[in-house]
Amino acid sequence: MYTFSNRLKIGSIILMILGAIGLGIGFVSAPSTVEEAKEMVAAQDDGHGGGHEAAASEHGEEVAHDASHDEHVFHQLQNRPWSALYVAAFFFFMIALGVLAFYAVQRASQAGWSPMLFRVMEGITAYLVPGGIAVFVILVLSVLHMNHMFPWMDADVVAHDKLLQNKAGYLNPTFFLIRAAIFLGGWILYREYSRKFSLAQDEADDNSNFKKNFRISAAFLVFYLISESIMSWDWIMSVDPHWFSTLFGWYVFASMFVSGITVIAMVSIYLKSKGYLPDVNDSHIHDLAKFMFGISIFWTYLWFGQFMLIWYANIPEEVTYFVTRIEDYKLPFFGMVAMNFVFPLLLLMNSDYKRVNWFVIMAGIVILAGHYLDVFNMIMPATVGDQWYIGIPEIGGILFFAGLFIFWVFRTLTKAPLQPKRNPYIEESRQFHY
Amino acid sequence: MASKVIHAYYDDDDVLMHAVKKVKAANHHIEEVYCPFPVHGLDKAMGLAPTRIAITSFMYGCLGLIVAIVMMNYIMITDWPQDIGGKPSFSYMENMPAFVPIMFEMTVFFAAHLMVITFYLRSRLWPFKKAENPDVRTTDDHFVMEIGIHDNEAALKELLSDTGAVEINSLEK
Repeated sequence: MYTFSNRLKIGSIILMILGAIGLGIGFVSAPSTVEEAKEMVAAQDDGHGGGHEAAASEHGEEVAHDASHDEHVFHQLQNRPWSALYVAAFFFFMIALGVLAFYAVQRASQAGWSPMLFRVMEGITAYLVPGGIAVFVILVLSVLHMNHMFPWMDADVVAHDKLLQNKAGYLNPTFFLIRAAIFLGGWILYREYSRKFSLAQDEADDNSNFKKNFRISAAFLVFYLISESIMSWDWIMSVDPHWFSTLFGWYVFASMFVSGITVIAMVSIYLKSKGYLPDVNDSHIHDLAKFMFGISIFWTYLWFGQFMLIWYANIPEEVTYFVTRIEDYKLPFFGMVAMNFVFPLLLLMNSDYKRVNWFVIMAGIVILAGHYLDVFNMIMPATVGDQWYIGIPEIGGILFFAGLFIFWVFRTLTKAPLQPKRNPYIEESRQFHY
Repeated sequence: MASKVIHAYYDDDDVLMHAVKKVKAANHHIEEVYCPFPVHGLDKAMGLAPTRIAITSFMYGCLGLIVAIVMMNYIMITDWPQDIGGKPSFSYMENMPAFVPIMFEMTVFFAAHLMVITFYLRSRLWPFKKAENPDVRTTDDHFVMEIGIHDNEAALKELLSDTGAVEINSLEK
């Protein structure tokens, strides 16, 4: 049995407190009136040589337009702490969901190498409950107009927008929350039942629990592929409600899948280094690193597939998505490609390096940071536009949810033996070598 | 290489593996092992050096990438920077996404084909090459271990018959 080390527990609580303080500072320092927002932008512009105001007055724009621009900036600045909260909440939730998908794939494919890691995966997917609740609460607060992250939720905006009116049959607050509840319910239901069967299998004297787990995993994967795709339209694509992309669901999936696998590898290496997983050997880590390598490239394939198709055809209604990102988010947008593609490609290509544990941890940290930036790049340009910065609220959000994630995951790991006893493939997994 | 060799025949890969370990432990040099199929771990048991073909493949891939970049840069940007459907041909980076499919395919093409050719060269394989198997049974269901004789034929034969060989022949090479 694993015991939650005090240092880790205190560390995670400190992370949560620091993160909550950071988020609080973000909410307190957000402007509450248009005037405040103007002052904040003016103060910022002084530092940068006053580009914004000068450009506006040069073109002699109308006063009415200036006023609407000010209000726009005001909403962006107000959105910033909310977006910081949402990006971090979704990022850690998506790790747990990616692990759940990986776990279901391992179950459904009856993989012989991974049963040794099932308890680690189950520990990580336990975060689905608090993480899912956090994301759901943020979505409910958005529907209650506490923020302006989702423009289509604002009745005034929809009243003046023909495109959004036409999408209202799908993008309306009630249906949106019902969908979110169904998806979260389905994912959590599978996770809880699979965990139950997994623990029951250890005590059973036949394989009926294993077979049940196989069946529900196959069914879950069907549900997951549909729900994940729709979830990505709802929770991420709809912050840009004028824009649409067909492979977006896959793209978000690749991001969560690779982050999830990376976290499995990191948690396994941590537990192994503490002596809790004596039968997990370098070949298991090697396999996880191969998945990290392969899915990183898969992510890049989808990223480029989406980018290049839109760049090539250059249809105005689609291309604005990338125009805003390349203009305002140049470094994060292209930086994440280096972090999520070039770095793992060169680091994890060598077969020997995949067996060096600290190497996998190092690559994992870069991959996770890269995929945080990926979510950041998906949400922020729509909600805060060019007012983005990775400052106190953003880092606070990361720290808070990282603390919660570590606390919840390792707390769950203490609740069952870390190595399953009676899985039909457990001996193969124990002997696994590559 | 010895001018006289012993061919020890085996009909099971497990027995062969044990025999290889035993012969290595007795400090005899194994010239060659002929198998009808790959025997997992045989290279390790024989103490063969790991292959470096993956490294050559990586270098060939880099070469392919460079060829693609230089080619497309010369053709599309330097030689005749024509406006084709509004694509920006002012610099390579500006039009790069359009070249990526070519860059990718060339990398894979070079990496794969040159590696295969390297493999053929290093293992001396070509059409009309005279087959080297000492006994046709080695392509079907027998394994042959070849060991050079250095005035120790009797001792070697005894050792090999202990390892479960089904047939032991010594012959001039």
